[in-house]
Amino acid sequence: MEVLLDVRRLRTHFHTSAGVIRAVDGVSWDVRKGETVALVGESGCGKSVSALSVMRLVSAPAGRIVDGEIGFKGRNLLALTEEEMRQVRGREIGMVFQEPMTSLNPVLTIGRQLTETVETHLGMTASQSHARAVELLSLVGIPDGARRLRQFPHQFSGGMRQRIMIAMALACNPSLVLADEPTTALDVTIQAQILELMKSLSRRLGAAIMMITHNLGVVARYADRVNVMYAGKIVERATAREIYANPRHPYTLGLLRSVPRLDEPRRSRLQPIPGQPPDLSRLPGGCSFAPRCAYAIDRCREEEPPLAPVVGEHLSACWLANELPTLTPAPVAT
Amino acid sequence: MSTSEPILRVANLVKHFQVGGGLFGGPAATVKAVDGVSFEIQRGETLGLVGESGCGKTTTGRCILRLETPTSGEVVFEGRDMAKLSDAELRGVRRRMQVIFQDPYSSLNPRMTVGQIIAEPLAVHRIVPDRAARAARVQDLLRHAGLLPAMARRYPHELSGGQRQRVGIARALAMEPSLIVCDEPVSALDVSIQAQIINLLEELQAEFGLTYLFVAHDLSVVRHISDRVAVMYLGKVMEITDRKSLYQDPQHPYTKALLSAVPIPDPAVEAGREHVVLGGEVPSPLNPPSGCVFHPRCPIAVAECRTIVPELREIKPGHQAACIRL
Repeated sequence: MEVLLDVRRLRTHFHTSAGVIRAVDGVSWDVRKGETVALVGESGCGKSVSALSVMRLVSAPAGRIVDGEIGFKGRNLLALTEEEMRQVRGREIGMVFQEPMTSLNPVLTIGRQLTETVETHLGMTASQSHARAVELLSLVGIPDGARRLRQFPHQFSGGMRQRIMIAMALACNPSLVLADEPTTALDVTIQAQILELMKSLSRRLGAAIMMITHNLGVVARYADRVNVMYAGKIVERATAREIYANPRHPYTLGLLRSVPRLDEPRRSRLQPIPGQPPDLSRLPGGCSFAPRCAYAIDRCREEEPPLAPVVGEHLSACWLANELPTLTPAPVAT
Repeated sequence: MSTSEPILRVANLVKHFQVGGGLFGGPAATVKAVDGVSFEIQRGETLGLVGESGCGKTTTGRCILRLETPTSGEVVFEGRDMAKLSDAELRGVRRRMQVIFQDPYSSLNPRMTVGQIIAEPLAVHRIVPDRAARAARVQDLLRHAGLLPAMARRYPHELSGGQRQRVGIARALAMEPSLIVCDEPVSALDVSIQAQIINLLEELQAEFGLTYLFVAHDLSVVRHISDRVAVMYLGKVMEITDRKSLYQDPQHPYTKALLSAVPIPDPAVEAGREHVVLGGEVPSPLNPPSGCVFHPRCPIAVAECRTIVPELREIKPGHQAACIRL
């Protein structure tokens, strides 16, 4: 399949009084046409900053993309002028954020927010854009669009606001939608509605989705391929089926084992990952996960493992990736 | 265990909030946050209280703790009706009943060190009046919560989310409670840390014989930690039974939909699963639907559901649900 978005060696750093925080530290990943790719990890691993970097929305002057290339439809987004970049944002790449209330403008009607996008990017007239806005609302399952366009964000529920965000992201028929924790703030029955909606719309409209989430269940249900991030780096990448059936990085393995599962018999104890994620301004040498890893050997603490193939398209950044399934973890105190 | 006196009995608990009607408000309205909730918790067990936001699970917990005064209904804790206690008696009872909050950061005083935070209730309630003994007790509590003694000198902002939640747990333990209301204690934490805190709560329960009311929205976590589970929707209990019965043989259509909505972290399993996606949204508790509050979203609702308020009744031995279609 054709590669749509090709991120290479991306480095985004933040300069703070506490030192340089390497939020994204040399990651490469891609999204192919029409597929759903997940970027999974815990808070502070750099997954949101990766998405913001693609949109060039990293807050300056503290945050800066210091290295890398972001290829999109044959162009390097990092080489575009600000004016050219504005043509990409919202038009060719749509974005859905976690908090629909804080990403919608509270003093503008949702009609204005929807029509603004298409008028700016597609040069539609007022009547054209109004018709398009009504069409978009019905597309995302909000009936009675003509009336609801006159309402303000606070008059909608959380689930409805997220539907509006999705409508805005899809307004200009983008080929890619970046969705940053799109359902984290929502209840589980509403989460199911929104994810089904995103999946069916991306199929119908042929848009690829880059989904950023910490929820392994959501990833399992909706993603084609998965990238696992830890401390600013990608530590494992494979198809969703492969990564869940055959995890080859101890962090992925730890994440999968630490969550209770409804489809399995209840375990008497959960198996947490000991310790906590590292401070990104003071990373240990070698593998960043080594201090929490039950399999770590001396080499892990000295030499950083590269993201390398295990089999085919399954990559892992672990010195022990090949023998991981046969190893027994060292007992750790919890 | 079931034959003994329950540690907590909640009967027909109602909490209504008046909104509007004030100086700037529109017409007054009533939010029926909790609308006739009844359950019992036996000593040493964990009752999970699950439901989506706005279902009244947190308000139920706050009414039990007497952080809210119930509109009506009974809360009987260790044989004493909480509504009939004087303020002084209530303070004594409160010691036995503690709470762990969702957001460990906003529930810890940022100007106090961890040691001061844990020592304060020990001094206020004269549990350990002697200063030196108190410091020793703080060290002991920190150790029980899985923190190093040196943490006593730190401030909350210096700690990670998981460490802060451990401080919240140590503070609750300081009172030597018999019941702890855990209000979404792990939902703000990363998954790798959630498991650490859940294991800790289970260890402490075994060691101190604690009873938990575990309020949460994550059905997988609730299954792991609970002995019995109550499912709430719009201020009412829809179903209540032991863990096994609820997860293996759910009766209420709402419980079934909730369980189906939880994605399972395994694509192979997910591909073969049937997904019941509920239509609509949770209606406002300001204006709940007539009859069964779940009927507008229910896949098996019939005309009567719009008028008849279903009673919570025994469907199978030890398994109660509120649905006229069962």
